[in-house]
Amino acid sequence: MALIRLILLMLVARPIARFMTGADVIGREHLPRRGPAIIAANHNSHVDTLLLLTIFPPNLMHCLRPAAAADYFLRDPFIGWFSRELVGIVPVERSKAGSGADVLAPMRAALADGAIVILFPEGTRGPGTDEMGELKGGIARLAEAFPQAPVIPIWIEGAGRVLPKGAMLPVPMNCTVLVGEAVPLAADRHAFLADLRERLLALKAQAPPQRWR
Amino acid sequence: MLALRRRGPRDEHLMIGPLIAWAARIEAGIAPPLRWGLLGVLGLLVLGAIAGVALPLLKPGKDYRELRQRVWSWWVMAALIAGALVAGWQATLVLFMVISFLALREFLSLAPLRREDRLVILLSYLIIIPSYGVLFLDRYGIYLVVIPVWAFLVIPFLMACIGQTRAYLTTAATFHWGLMTCVFNLGFAAYLSRAPLVQAPEAGGAGLLFFLLLVTELNDVAQYVWGKLFGRHKIIPKVSPNKTWEGFLGGWITTGLVIWFLGPMFTPMRGIGLATLAFGLPVAGFAGDVTMSAVKRDLGVKDTSHFIPGHGGVLDRADSLTFTAPLFFHLLLFFNMGQQPWP
Repeated sequence: MALIRLILLMLVARPIARFMTGADVIGREHLPRRGPAIIAANHNSHVDTLLLLTIFPPNLMHCLRPAAAADYFLRDPFIGWFSRELVGIVPVERSKAGSGADVLAPMRAALADGAIVILFPEGTRGPGTDEMGELKGGIARLAEAFPQAPVIPIWIEGAGRVLPKGAMLPVPMNCTVLVGEAVPLAADRHAFLADLRERLLALKAQAPPQRWR
Repeated sequence: MLALRRRGPRDEHLMIGPLIAWAARIEAGIAPPLRWGLLGVLGLLVLGAIAGVALPLLKPGKDYRELRQRVWSWWVMAALIAGALVAGWQATLVLFMVISFLALREFLSLAPLRREDRLVILLSYLIIIPSYGVLFLDRYGIYLVVIPVWAFLVIPFLMACIGQTRAYLTTAATFHWGLMTCVFNLGFAAYLSRAPLVQAPEAGGAGLLFFLLLVTELNDVAQYVWGKLFGRHKIIPKVSPNKTWEGFLGGWITTGLVIWFLGPMFTPMRGIGLATLAFGLPVAGFAGDVTMSAVKRDLGVKDTSHFIPGHGGVLDRADSLTFTAPLFFHLLLFFNMGQQPWP
C-alpha cells in the first residue's frame, strides 16, 4: 500500500497539482528533511493538502500525514478508505474537542512514529477571503509534547481560488507555497500561537498577489 | 521479439540497428540550415555549461547557483523546442498550446480579477483549443477572428450575465489583453511551423520558427550583455530601471546584423523585406519586454512565476516573443507571400 501511495502521489497527484496550480515553492530549504516534524499551514481549499503532499521529495512521502477531520473524511466507507490509505490522514475528532477526550492522541502517535504531520491550525477551511481564521490551541500543545519536532509555518497563496469551499469544479490558477523557518518554542501556548500567527502573516506579505481583487 | 528471445553479442546490433536507422531517417528529414542552426545552438549551450562549471573555479566566492539554473533551463527549453521542430508542425502546435496555457495561467492568476470571474477564467483557457484548432485546420482567416472578435465579444457578455458590474470594464479589458498576448500573438509563432516547403524552401516552416526564436532570444541576451558591459544611460527608468540606451542600441545592432546575414539561410526574405525585419524585430523584442515589465510593475511582482528555474515565469521568457512573433509573421506575409498565407 505504501508503494501504491508513493506511485499515486508521484505520478498522479503531483502532475495534477502542477497542472492546477503551478506549485511554486519559495523557501524550499526550510522544508523538514526528516520526521518527526509539524507543518502548520493556512487552509482555504482541499488543494492545500494536495500541494503539501506533492512538494516534498519522494523519499519523504511515506512520512507525510495530513491531520484531517474524522467527522468529514471518515463519514462514508469509500472516502474513508481513500483518506486513510492514500492520503494517509491522521483523524482528528473535532466534535470531541473540549470534552476532556484526548483528541491529539493520534497525532502524537504519528509523531512518535517519525511522521511529518500536516496541520491546519485554523481547524477548517476559510471562506477564501484571504483572512486567516483564529488558530486553535492544539498545535501549541502538540509542539510542547514534542519539542524535538520543529513546527514549520507555511503560507499557501491562491489555493482558495482553484477550488473554494463548496465549489465542485476546479479552475487552474497559479498558487505559491511560502515556507518559513521553524517556530521557536515559547514560554507559554499563547505566546507560541501569537508567534506562529505573526510568522504566517509575514509569509503572506511576501506572497505574489494571487488573490481576488 | 527476436531480440528478446535470443540473448547474445549479436543482439546489440538487433536493438541498436533500427534505432540508428530511425535516427538517420529523422536526421535526413531536417533541412540542412536547420540542422546547422540546431548544432550551433547546441554549441552555445555547451559553452554556457562550461561557463557554469569554469566560472566558480576561476572566480570563487560568488553564488553561481542562479547562473547554473539559468543554463540548465536553457538546455531544457532548447531540447523541448528542438524536439518539437524535428517532430513536425503538429508537435510544434501542441507545444505552443501548452506554452500559451502556462503563460495565460500566470497572467490571469496575477491580474486583479473578481471572485465572480472563476468560470470566465476557465472559459479563457478553453478558448486556447479553438484558437489553435483553426491553425491545425489551416484556416488562417478564421484564426484572425477567434480571439480578436469572438472572444472579445463573448467574454464581456458572459461577465454581464454573471451580473457583477464592479470593475467590469477593467476586468473585461484584462481578459482580452491576456488572451491577445498569451494565446493570439504566440499562435503566430506556432503557425510559422505549418508553412509548406514551397513557401519557405530554405529550411521549411520549422526553419522559419527556429529563426524567429533564435533572433528573439538572441536580442534579449544581447541587450542584457551590452547593458551589463557598457550601460550608463537609463532608457525607461520608471518601468525597467535596469534597461539602458547602451543595452538597447547594442542589442539592436547585434540582432539586426545577425538577421541580415542569417536571414537568407532560413527565410525567403531578401532585400528591403529583410532590412525591415532586421530594423524592426529588435525594437519589437524590446517593446515586448518593456510592456510586460509595465504590467509586472503595476501588479507589484518581479517575475510572473518560478516555473523556469533561474528565469522566472513562462511569461517572463516569452514576453518579447508576444511582440516579435506577429511582426515576423506579418512582414513575411507582406513581402513574400503576396499577403495571403499558405495554402
